[in-house]
Amino acid sequence: MIPAAFEYHTPSTIGEATALLAKLGDDAKVLSGGQSLIPLMKLRLASPAHLVDINGIPGLSGIREADGFLRIGALTRESELEESEVVRSRYPLLHDTSKVIADPLVRNLATVGGNLAHGDPANDHPATMLALGAEIVAVGPKGERRVPIASFFTGPFATSLRPDEILVEIRIPSPPARSGGAYLKLERKVGDFATAAVAAQVTIGANGACEHVGIGLTNVGLTPIKATKAEAALKGKAPDEAAIKRAAELAAEASEPSADLRGSVEYKKDLVRVLTARALRKAVERAGSRR
Amino acid sequence: MLVKLSVNGEKHEANVEPRLLLVHMIREVLRLTGTHIGCDTTHCGACTILVDGQPAKSCTMFAVQAQGKQLMTVEGLEQNGKLHPLQEGFMAEHGLQCGYCTPGMLMTSYAFLKKHPKPSEDDIRWAISGNLCRCTGYVNIVKAVQHAAAAISQGGA
Repeated sequence: MIPAAFEYHTPSTIGEATALLAKLGDDAKVLSGGQSLIPLMKLRLASPAHLVDINGIPGLSGIREADGFLRIGALTRESELEESEVVRSRYPLLHDTSKVIADPLVRNLATVGGNLAHGDPANDHPATMLALGAEIVAVGPKGERRVPIASFFTGPFATSLRPDEILVEIRIPSPPARSGGAYLKLERKVGDFATAAVAAQVTIGANGACEHVGIGLTNVGLTPIKATKAEAALKGKAPDEAAIKRAAELAAEASEPSADLRGSVEYKKDLVRVLTARALRKAVERAGSRR
Repeated sequence: MLVKLSVNGEKHEANVEPRLLLVHMIREVLRLTGTHIGCDTTHCGACTILVDGQPAKSCTMFAVQAQGKQLMTVEGLEQNGKLHPLQEGFMAEHGLQCGYCTPGMLMTSYAFLKKHPKPSEDDIRWAISGNLCRCTGYVNIVKAVQHAAAAISQGGA
């Protein structure tokens, strides 16, 4: 399969890149890892006239904890996330996620920023970032702005990024003591999109009640879903079996899957219920072992 | 657009359209046909090559993205007329039936063994999970990689 012809641009600074995007408008697409965009171009589902390759811009890659955040450069490859010691030890939800995105070869090229900016409700990072309460740092010709992840996904394959903006960094608030998370994904085979997947993040307070609860759902709606009612139901309560069960039911109610080869609506909603309960139990267990 | 890159230590340059896929440049411009095109949809891994040492699917990269990079293809495994232990392993353990996935399996395993010289069976299965074998010959592929790991640890390469 041969993509439609395009003009290829290799800016070496963010300023150059955003100026190009401002000039080219909707005719241009940003190329980062290319593991979603290139397949779409080969199928001619996307035929941008211009590709702005941001891989030559220094400083857009890397993982570090600073100023109370885990800061992930947009060009950080999924395989770097998977191998990161700070992610493995302090952000188990993110570590779980990094191991089940596509396959190991795709993860060598695919980027964290691209996974989010693509706006695909079937991608795995959106739910994870919703559960973690991340924020997106975007740079445009007029400067930098930060977008809370909860207002980032605006529709299928649509985000609040403006056409002349580039996602440069993801910031995840560093979790307090007694926090834990988990990502559970059911996929038919390695490399497939989720039939459904659930991201859960909890912080347990001194009194044993949930101080913070984040729940994100993958591939069960037109956008990634933050299960706010389920979160609210568990917040302030001890994470016992009854409370987890109730939150799981509310998460299933929040899902709006459509039937496809991966399963029926009923099956997927029930899968959300089961995966939410399991993810919450695992998150709570991990929170207990992390002081 | 002029692309300069190195393949198996040899420098190449070619004038290509930006939309030319890297695998097409390797096979049709450089005439290195050891790298296969399988699914052409980023699923099967038959087109796996190393880009600066990292295995990647060359059907999902444009040739222009490989500007200045060091590539390695299956043709680079044999050195001075001597097969790489992985190639020996695939022969000894019957790690291929139709052979279509083999170049990708070899390149993924090559990069994997550099990083994990003493892998468990699970590690190997995890590493090759992005490479599909339509003959479903995974048991012998895993044995072939184990064969190579043992040979390398005994100073084979």
